[in-house]
This record gives sequence, structure tokens and C-alpha cells, in this order.
Amino acid sequence: MDALDIARWQFGITTVYHFFFVPITIGTSFLVAGMQTAWFRTHKEKYLRLTKFFGKLFLINFAMGVATGIVQEFQFGMNWSDYSRFVGDIFGAPLAIEGLLAFFLESTFLGLWIFGWDRLTPRVHLATIWIAAVGTLLSSYFILAANSFMQNPVGFEFNAEKGRAELTDFGAVLTNKVLLATVPHQIFACFMVAGAFVGGIAMWQIMKHPDRDAEAFRTAFRLGAVTLIVAGLGTIVSGDYQGKIMTEVQPMKMAAAEGLYETSEPAPFSILTIGTLDGSKEVYKLEVPRLLSYLGTGSFDGKVEGINSLQAKYEETYGAGDYSPNIPISYWTFRIMITLGGLAMAAGAWMLWATRRGRVPSGRWLLRTAIVLPLLPLFANSFGWIFTEMGRQPWIVFGLMPTSAGVSPGTTLAEVLTSLIAFTVIYGVLAIVEVKLLLMYIQRGLPEIPTESPGDDDIDAPLAFAY
Amino acid sequence: MELTTFWFILIAVLWIGYLVLEGFDFGVGMLVGALAQDDTERRVLINTIGPLWDGNEVWLLVAGGATFAAFPEWYATLFSGFYLPLLLILIALIVRGVAFEFRGKRNERAWRRNWDIAIVVGSAVPALLWGVALANIVRGVPIDKNHEYVGTFFDLLNPYALLAGVVTLAVFFVHGCFFVALKTVGDIRHRATKLGVKVGVGAAGPAVAFIVWTGIDQGAFAVWLFGLLAVISCVASLALALAHREMLAFIATSLTIAFVAIMLFVGLFPDVMPSSLNSAWNLTTTNASSTHYTLVIMSWVAVIFTPIVLMYQSWSYWVFRKRIGVQHIPTEVLAR
Repeated sequence: MDALDIARWQFGITTVYHFFFVPITIGTSFLVAGMQTAWFRTHKEKYLRLTKFFGKLFLINFAMGVATGIVQEFQFGMNWSDYSRFVGDIFGAPLAIEGLLAFFLESTFLGLWIFGWDRLTPRVHLATIWIAAVGTLLSSYFILAANSFMQNPVGFEFNAEKGRAELTDFGAVLTNKVLLATVPHQIFACFMVAGAFVGGIAMWQIMKHPDRDAEAFRTAFRLGAVTLIVAGLGTIVSGDYQGKIMTEVQPMKMAAAEGLYETSEPAPFSILTIGTLDGSKEVYKLEVPRLLSYLGTGSFDGKVEGINSLQAKYEETYGAGDYSPNIPISYWTFRIMITLGGLAMAAGAWMLWATRRGRVPSGRWLLRTAIVLPLLPLFANSFGWIFTEMGRQPWIVFGLMPTSAGVSPGTTLAEVLTSLIAFTVIYGVLAIVEVKLLLMYIQRGLPEIPTESPGDDDIDAPLAFAY
Repeated sequence: MELTTFWFILIAVLWIGYLVLEGFDFGVGMLVGALAQDDTERRVLINTIGPLWDGNEVWLLVAGGATFAAFPEWYATLFSGFYLPLLLILIALIVRGVAFEFRGKRNERAWRRNWDIAIVVGSAVPALLWGVALANIVRGVPIDKNHEYVGTFFDLLNPYALLAGVVTLAVFFVHGCFFVALKTVGDIRHRATKLGVKVGVGAAGPAVAFIVWTGIDQGAFAVWLFGLLAVISCVASLALALAHREMLAFIATSLTIAFVAIMLFVGLFPDVMPSSLNSAWNLTTTNASSTHYTLVIMSWVAVIFTPIVLMYQSWSYWVFRKRIGVQHIPTEVLAR
């Protein structure tokens, strides 16, 4: 273990943890905005109560996203200072723009939304949640622009004298084909999470308390389930496209995802491969002929390069070294991502069927599925990111800078270890607190809306919201 | 103007914005422990900054991001060099942010008390450490020829920096008091004024010592000038608070913070992080900066979007301009 290993663990832990909250935030902000819009237009009380109920769950989650997000920006400089020096000219810009364009928007307008119920007109108040929701989309675009540069560096020139990559075409960075493929895939995946989150909770309420606000929760459930399924289809289509782009720019990542050692034409898709523990040999495999060719190239006869030939090619270009990522991790995270996403869609469809034409569903298995549902796409997201980031190894910036060269040379093992332990402990405690709070509010059900709201002239009326 | 100079100024502006804005919400956070007498009063205090603190904290994120984009060398040296203080600040900000959102979500005394402690500590620690960090940047730290920080954590805890930490802690505390006086009605408003003046008078000694020390160190006329302006606005804020001109008192403490920060940045320029080992190894606005092309793009983005951000942030301050008091806190918390 050295500072590099610990810094990598820290990046992995803090980023995956932060990313539990991000997809919920992005998708749910839109669903809550939709519920409030329904209330604004129909004046049906159930929509207001749903807005407040899911709004509260959303805010508990948002608080954690904000609190853990700040670590992400700081740790580039703290743990990866040589990386920061190398790409700062390019990488810093989208990060700064994300702050200026998106974070200000989200934080300010969410503050207005939370505290503005009785300070703003209903129309303006509704606008605040929509603006905050759009802010989350802007945020994801710019942070993915930064990440896509690491996956597929474009629009730069290497300056040997300064030893860094320098920006030559910002437009290219903002239209990176990896970025354009990743954004839709990621946004759809976020909506899957939010749909499963809203749908799963609503389903649980319907089954657990059939005589308590079942009609309102049925509406919420259908909104969630339909969002999940539609977004799921979008995730599949965009994921297929992203896979083709990835096969083009990072063939090694996709070969590792398939455990494809030898270049094949056509290539089969592996459903299950059991290999030796170090991942260097296959023992048993089950596969669908020609499917990988289609997934990777769009043709059933397409040629897909294997790990061994890519390794030889990279050695020629970059010199001796191991240019393959951890194969078992790539292989399994890729499959777990797809499986969990597929299960989420299937579960959503099953529950939608169970509630058809006003039916009140019952059964232990359906209830269990409702409880697990929000976790399925959430973990699919995590595994997807672990796959993307681990699959890029040994590069921190693909083809330009190895991860081992990016770590801060000045920080000590003790420092990085201290921060790893501190973050892990604090994140662990906060996870317990967050889950307990969410469960408490979920169990409480829809809030009551006071029948008579105090007029504006009553200066001593209690605030609509108070910590 | 050279773009590097423009970005030095812009980053200084972002830091000033951050210190002035989050300064008062750090102060209010500390007051949750020092001023409030019961739970209702604690909630009045927290509600004065409820809609604002998160937006204030984004100033820090943007200052950090802008430093990364415009001066990557500065960002890399600073963040890896000041590792442990930044870690403490991060932990404090995480705990504090969660505490604001979570404290009211359960109606139990122990639950609230624990989160209140988190708010007080989470506000005081960054208030102290930002002073320490800024003073160290200006004073210079051991940086080698590769722009790597080669000192230890304890090199950062020198008397000059610690004095600065005490000053920022005290000034933010007073700033928070005057913000509370401006935003509340009733008994708490008057107690906030009194406490602010008392602490403000007590902080005068360390503050003047720090300003004089900085003036002697840096020597430039502008440094002395802004130091003097800081002293004048500080005295004015105390006088205005005693005269119950709360808005003006708060503006005066805002100016005090701004003037101290300007004094430090003026003393720093054209360096961004001087080396205490060899002045040839200083990080400067030119050797730490991004390319001209990146700076041009970033400048356009900043010129277009900064006014928009300022506009809607000001609007949100306007929306929440009403004073609040204990009577505005709902009695039945859980019904909301």
C-alpha cells in the first residue's frame, strides 16, 4: 500500500458515495416539479401533498449530495495535484463553469423553493423548482464534459516545455463524442433511479396502508413506474450507442468488459464466463454468437479486437507495460449494471400490471420487490461508473497520463490514510442517519395541508417552513 | 489589462464574496451556541440563514473551480500543500451542511442538541482555518522549485497565521451578530447587537495587531491603506450597531471583511503563493496560469454569467428580507 493506492481508494469511495445522491437529485427534482405543476393546474390537493411528501425526501437526499459534492472538487488538488497541473488548463474550465452556471442556480432556487411557499406567488414558486431542476441537468453536462476528456482527450495540444496538456479547441471539448453519448445515457439512468425511488415508495404505501391515501399514491406510483420504464428504454438505446463509441475510442475497455482475449470476426457476446482468478484464462463460457459484433460495430460480422492484440498494439505505441484494466472487475461490473437495470424495468412493469384498473395489489413478493426496487437502478448506476472509471485504467487521461503519474508527490501516506479513514467513518455515520430519516418520513405518509392559510397581512403568522 | 491580472482580481472577488457571505452564516452558526437561549431561538437563528447559506457556500466552490481553471499550478500546490487544514474544513462543512437540513427532521431533544453542536463546531472550525490558510498564502510557505509544498502541517500553525485565524473567527462572529440583529425582531435582536459590540471591542486588539503586522511585512502603501479602511469600517460598524442602525452596521462589517481581504490580496500580487525558501520559486500570476486561450474563454463565461448570478442571488435576499422572530416558528413542527 502506498499513497497512490489509498488515493485511488479514496477517490472511488467518495465518488461512488456522492453518486448515490446525484441520480436521485437529478431525476426526482423533475418528478417533484411535475407533481407541483399538476397541482398548479388542477388545484387537486393530492398533488400538493405528494409534492410536499416527495419534496421532503428529495431534500434529505439533496443535503447529502451537496455536503459530499464539495469533496469531489477539492480532492483533485489534494490527492491528484500532478494530474491537476497536467490537465488544469482544460479540465478546470468545465468544473468552474459547472459552479458558475449550475451550482449557483440549484442552490439559490432550491432555497427559494424550500422557504418561498408563502413568499412567492404560486406561479413564481413553481418556476423555482423547474429552474433548480434544469440546474441539475447543466451540472451533469459540464461535469461529464470534464470526465469525457479523461476518457477521450480532444481539443488539446501537448506542451512539452511546460509538461502539460493545453486547450486548443474548447468547442471540441464540449462536443466530445464520448460526452454526447454519455450525457443521454446518464440522464436516462438518473430518471430510472428517480422513477424507481418514487414508484417503489408509492407502491409500498399502497400495499402497506391500502386505506390511507391510496388514490394519491397510485398516481405517484404510475408516474414513477412509467418514468422508470420509458427511461429504461432510453438507457438501453443510449447505452448501445455509447458502447459503439467506446469500442471505437477505448477498445480495451470494451474487450475487458467482454473478457474477449482474441480478436474475433464476428465476435460472440458472452453471457457468462468463468475464468481463472487473475482473469487471464477462460475456464467455461456461455455465449451468443455474433451479438458482440453487432453491439460493438453495428454489424453482425464486425471485427472486435481482443485484449491480447490491443496489448501488443499499445506496447508498440506507449512502450512496455500492462495496458489492460482489471478484467474480472470490468467483466462483472458491466454485467451487474445491465442485469440490475433490466431487473428494475421488469419489476416496474410487473407492479404496473398488478395495479391495472384500480386493483389493490397484495402478496409478499410484490411488497419485497417494491422495497428493493429503488436500489436496483441506483446500484446499476454505481456499477456503471465503477466500470467506466476502472475500465480506463491504467490511464487517468486515456493515452496521455497514467494514473500513477497523477498522484500528489508531496502528500504522505499518513495524510491520505487519515483522510480516507475520516471520510469513510463520517460517510458511514451519515448513511445510517440518512436512511433512518428517509424511512421515518416514508412511514409517516402524506402530510396534511392546513385548510386555511394565513393572509399576507398577518405578520406574526408562522413560517411555512422552519428548520 | 493582462488576462492573468484580470483573473487574479476575479478570484480575489470570489474569495471576498465568499468570506463576506459565508462569513455571516458562519457567525450565525456559532451564535446557535452563544446567543440562543432555547430551542425556539435556535430555530429563529438558523432560519435567518436557511434560504441563503447553501448559495453562499457555492462561492467557495466557484472560487476553487476558477483557481483550478485559471491558475492550475496555484490550485495544485495550494490544495496538496494545505492537506490537513483543508481536510478539517471539508469535514466541518459536510457536518454543518447536513446538520442544517437534518436537525429539524426529528422532534427529539437529543437529536437537535447533537446537530446544534455540529452547527457550532462546523461553523467555528472553517471560520478559524480560512484565516490561517489565507495568512499563510500571503506570508509564503516552503515551496520548492517544482512548486511542491515541502513543509509540514505545523509550519502552517505559525503565530502570524494563528493570529489571522483568531481575527477571522472574531470578525465572522460579530458579522453574524449584526446579521441576526438585522434579520430578527424582539429580544434576540437586541441581545445580538450587545454581544456583537462586546466581542467586536474585544477583537480590536488582535485585529489591529494583524493589520499592522501585515503592513510591516508587505510594506506597500496600498496594503496600509486598506488596513486603515478596515479599521475605520470596523469602528464604524460598532458605532452604528450601538445606534441601532442595523443595516448600516452589517454593511460596515461586510466592508471590514472585504478590506482585510483586499489588503491581503494586494500584498500578495503579483505572486499567488510566494515561496519562503527562495523567491525565485514563487508561484506568480504568470507562471501559475493557464494558457491565454483558456483564460479568454473563461473570461467570456465570467463576464456573461457573473451579473446573472449576482442578479438572482440579490433577488433571493430581497425575497427573504422580512425580519423573523420567535412568533414565526410553528409550534407543531411535525405537522409541516
